[in-house]
Amino acid sequence: MRNANNKKNPIKRGIKKFFYTGFVASTFVLYALQNHGTNATVNVLNTSGALSKPGTAVAALNTTTTSSTLASNGYKDGTYTGPVVNVRLWYVQVQATIQGGQLTNVQFLQYPNERNTSVRINSSANPQLIQEAIQAQSANVNIITGATLTSQGFQQSLQAALSQAKG
Amino acid sequence: MLKLISETRLMWDMPITVAVVEPTAFPETGSSAQPGEGNEYPGALQQAELRQAPKNIEALISGIFDYFQYVDDKFSTFKPLSEISMINQGLLSLEEASLDMQSVIALGEEIRQETNGYFNIARHGRIDPLGLVKGWALSNAADKLREAGCENFYVEAGGDFQAVGLNAEGQPWRVGIRNPFNIGEIVKVLAICDRGVATSGTYIRGQHIDNPVSGGPTDPEILSITVIGPDVYEADCYATAAFAMGRAGIGFIDALEGFEGYMIDINKTATYTRGFERYVNHASH
Repeated sequence: MRNANNKKNPIKRGIKKFFYTGFVASTFVLYALQNHGTNATVNVLNTSGALSKPGTAVAALNTTTTSSTLASNGYKDGTYTGPVVNVRLWYVQVQATIQGGQLTNVQFLQYPNERNTSVRINSSANPQLIQEAIQAQSANVNIITGATLTSQGFQQSLQAALSQAKG
Repeated sequence: MLKLISETRLMWDMPITVAVVEPTAFPETGSSAQPGEGNEYPGALQQAELRQAPKNIEALISGIFDYFQYVDDKFSTFKPLSEISMINQGLLSLEEASLDMQSVIALGEEIRQETNGYFNIARHGRIDPLGLVKGWALSNAADKLREAGCENFYVEAGGDFQAVGLNAEGQPWRVGIRNPFNIGEIVKVLAICDRGVATSGTYIRGQHIDNPVSGGPTDPEILSITVIGPDVYEADCYATAAFAMGRAGIGFIDALEGFEGYMIDINKTATYTRGFERYVNHASH
């Protein structure tokens, strides 16, 4: 269902593009960055639990907003929920929040998924984690992973790596 | 023992290594590397069909570095003419951007959601995707090598890597976690096969990862966190996010299905996730 106001309203057009390009939040993020700085939040909870691949089609947002009294830039404040849309294997429902006539939040309402994407950040000790004192081990390894080196250590590491590569 | 064909170049401001175990069709005379004698490795017979001379592998590796150069030219915010610089200056809109650029920015938004904002490529009104692009490019490079028929290799940049198959000795890749207190030392040895590994941590002399959520520096108590997962792209993003979360980061990794982590703090204590032990190398050497 297309809203006739879409053509005239750049924000709504932006929302439609947001979905039609098939790249989640790409246009909106840039729009948000340019117009709201980092204040706009886009909460996208992927329902399948996997990272979406480019080209995944997301259907248009149906905002069902046909407001009679509009703010000066065309939007009436409030929270508008779109319909549930079937996108391949996902089910997506979007909620858009308008504040001060501007789009301030777009939220995908989460559906049960396999990966827990809303992990509670808990700073208290987790008894299931294990601790040990670090100890020097053999340096006879193929690959080293670690905190990024300073430029000096980096040069040393590069020299060592290059001489290994030659040898 | 097979030959490891490896090249390291300085790119993206860090050493990048691409190393491929040379497949051989014909075992060396006198060696015990005959099929059926116990030290064949998965894919040995298949690789016999795909025998590639060392010269081809070197060309393949060179092609991977060409790809990394392409990535740098596109995504480096230090290059005023890069595509990302054009976007940040408002000279190029996202609709006009390349497919790779749109993919990266979309992926950035996804990972921002998954990490509750702790991983965020948009800061101070600009997009700096380099933290995400490194793992993404490494992952793509690994795909390219797989498509070319390589089955045993690794691609590594600045300590983050994707390791596929087995090393030249026919064993899982031996991976060392660097001691943040003594960069010449290894404090943990892992056995890695078909995994992506990334470590986020502080520079030895300071802190370089800001906490995107609070905007301030990260928890000074945490020196590094190493994350292991199926793919280096995700491991890299989650390691960065987990490091920004401070001490809670290891709990975040523990709750993530399919990922394990090892965190080292200022007290020289390591905290690791419940499933991390499966990656620890217990073989004698």
